Parts: sequence; C-alpha cells; structure tokens
Amino acid sequence: MNYIEPHGHMVSRTTDDYERMAIAGCQAICEPAFWAGFDRASADGFYDYFRQITEYEPKRAAKFGIQHYCWLCINPKEAEDVKLAEDVIALIPQFIDKPGVLGIGEIGLNKNSRNELKIFEQHVQVAQDYDQLVLIHTPHLEDKLKGTRLIVDALKNFPKIKPERVIIDHVEEHTIDHVLDHGFWAGITLYPESKCTPNRAIDMLEHRRAERIWMNSACDWGISDPLAVPKTMQAMRQRGWSPEMIQRVAWDNPRAFMGQCEKFKL
Amino acid sequence: MPDWTPPTQVNLVDLGFMDSRSKLIDLAAFLDRVQRAGQEGDFRVQALKNAIALLSQDKPQRAKDVLLSFSDPSVEPIAKATMQGAIGAFREASS
Repeated sequence: MNYIEPHGHMVSRTTDDYERMAIAGCQAICEPAFWAGFDRASADGFYDYFRQITEYEPKRAAKFGIQHYCWLCINPKEAEDVKLAEDVIALIPQFIDKPGVLGIGEIGLNKNSRNELKIFEQHVQVAQDYDQLVLIHTPHLEDKLKGTRLIVDALKNFPKIKPERVIIDHVEEHTIDHVLDHGFWAGITLYPESKCTPNRAIDMLEHRRAERIWMNSACDWGISDPLAVPKTMQAMRQRGWSPEMIQRVAWDNPRAFMGQCEKFKL
Repeated sequence: MPDWTPPTQVNLVDLGFMDSRSKLIDLAAFLDRVQRAGQEGDFRVQALKNAIALLSQDKPQRAKDVLLSFSDPSVEPIAKATMQGAIGAFREASS
C-alpha cells in the first residue's frame, strides 16, 4: 500500500534508505528543517542547508520515484542564540517560493525557554505574513507537556493563523487531546524509545478515530527507523484495521493537510 | 475521507502479551540491577517507581498518567535553556 512519509530528515539518511522506502510504497517525503546535531556557527550554514533541502534533496528522492517537499526554519535547539536565529529567519523569504516548500517548520520549543518562545513567535509571524502552513515540534520527554501548552497558548495571539493549517507534531497520550481539542492537526512520531511505538500510536488513533492525525518516522541522524510508518501499517492490519482506514491515516490525512498548500500535488 | 470504521475485533492479548511480559521482566531486572549497584536513589529510578504505582489503577488511561508523572508540571517559560537534551523524568530544582 502506498504511503506518505510526512516527516523525515533525509539529509541525514543514506541513499539505501530512499530505496527501501520506495520499495515499501513511499510516494512522498516531507522534510522539516532541523538541527544538525551541533550548533551552526552562522546563518551562512543555513543558507547552504536551505539550498540542500530545496534544490538537491528533491533530485535525490526523484531517483527513486519519490516526491520531496520541505519546510523552513531554525530549530528551537538553536534559539538561545537569538541573533543567529533572527538572521536565519531573515533568510526564509528568499526560499519560501521554491517549488517544494510547504511552509514554516519544524518550529516550536525544546527546553521551554523565553528565547525559544520569542523565536517561535517570530516564525509564526512569518507564517502569518506569508500565509504559510505551520509544522510544530513539541519538546522531548519531560518537557513535552509544558511545551505543548505554551505553544497552544502562544498561537492564540495570532488570529490569522487558522488551527486547521497548523500541525503540532510528536504528540503522545498526555498531549494529543489538548492539541486536537483546540482544532489543530496532530502528528504521532514513531521512535524506538523516546516517542511512540506502533501499538501506542494505534491506540491513540483509535481513541481519536484517526481525526486530523498523521504518523511519521521523523527519521534523522539519531536512533530512528525510516520504515516506521509501513511497519505501523502492518501492525494496524494485525489489529483488524481495514485497508481503507489504514489508507486514511497513511495517505489521506497527510495529503489533506499538506494539500492546503497548492504546491503539494499528489 | 471516509467516516471512522472501527477495526474488526482481534485478540489483543494474543497479540501483545509476550511483548508486554518481556518488557515487564526487563523492568524488574533493571530495578534489581540498580538496587544491587546501590543506585536506586537516583531520581530517575524513583520516578519509575512512582510511575509503576499508577499501573494498578482501574481507568484505561495508564499510559497518559505515567507520562504525566514524568512531566514538568510548571507553566512559565524558564529564563534560559542550559542544556539541549531531555532526561526523561522531571527533577525538582531543589532536589
């Protein structure tokens, strides 16, 4: 069955991964801008990175028949350097009209600091000014609950940002209701340890009847599995899900959300 | 998009018992290991023990409550991030 990988950091993955994902049925990969694993020294590094995900990575994916889209931002892990973050945000407009750019992301919070919140709000302002979709990262582990609440509260200050054009990613059992009940889309990330297993993801999907939810591997340079989505689709089959409902989560839902950007054609 | 169609009923115990059994024994062995090593006072071990107590409740929201027990309950942003990673369990600043 075909599927969409709505969150994968493919610059960190091997070409073999593209091949394996294509064999598994992946038709499109969406790559949010991300932290490189170390703090970049200047905005010049981001200029090259934005070129990589808007120009080079789509060609790499196309060799395997996979469409590649991306999102632009500086990750909250680098938000404590406010000058750097503001320099990077200033770069975004010159890339925003590139063919594969879907919006602003993955922005959000990491340790829930004031500077992270300030830079998050500046990103949201860009999204509002340029009428962009928004992809939001919620913090890890013990910081997720607080960060999710701060993010939802901050978005209330942007009246032109429509909740149905925002996806809040990496939800878990203690945050998913807060996100969906405020009208946002929710992303479930399938990680071996630090986020969700396939069975927990399916539990949440059943609890919320698969409404406005996508699932992703968020594969990157860390411990992660680029085939996490098709593996979860297999677990759904074992748990009695119909092909139509699996398709809804793995295909229809991400397509519906990203289809709000006219550049997303699938 | 289609309306929600619930999955057909399958035996979830058949599907998940051995995996859960394995994880529970691993958890038990972990607690034995850190106790033998004299490391059970670590706040993360205490957080695990607090979370384990939540498994005995009757409502089917154990996963949510375990996650809440590991979470930072504060609501105000911190002044500055002094690290980039997360630990997995919230530690009070005074402890």
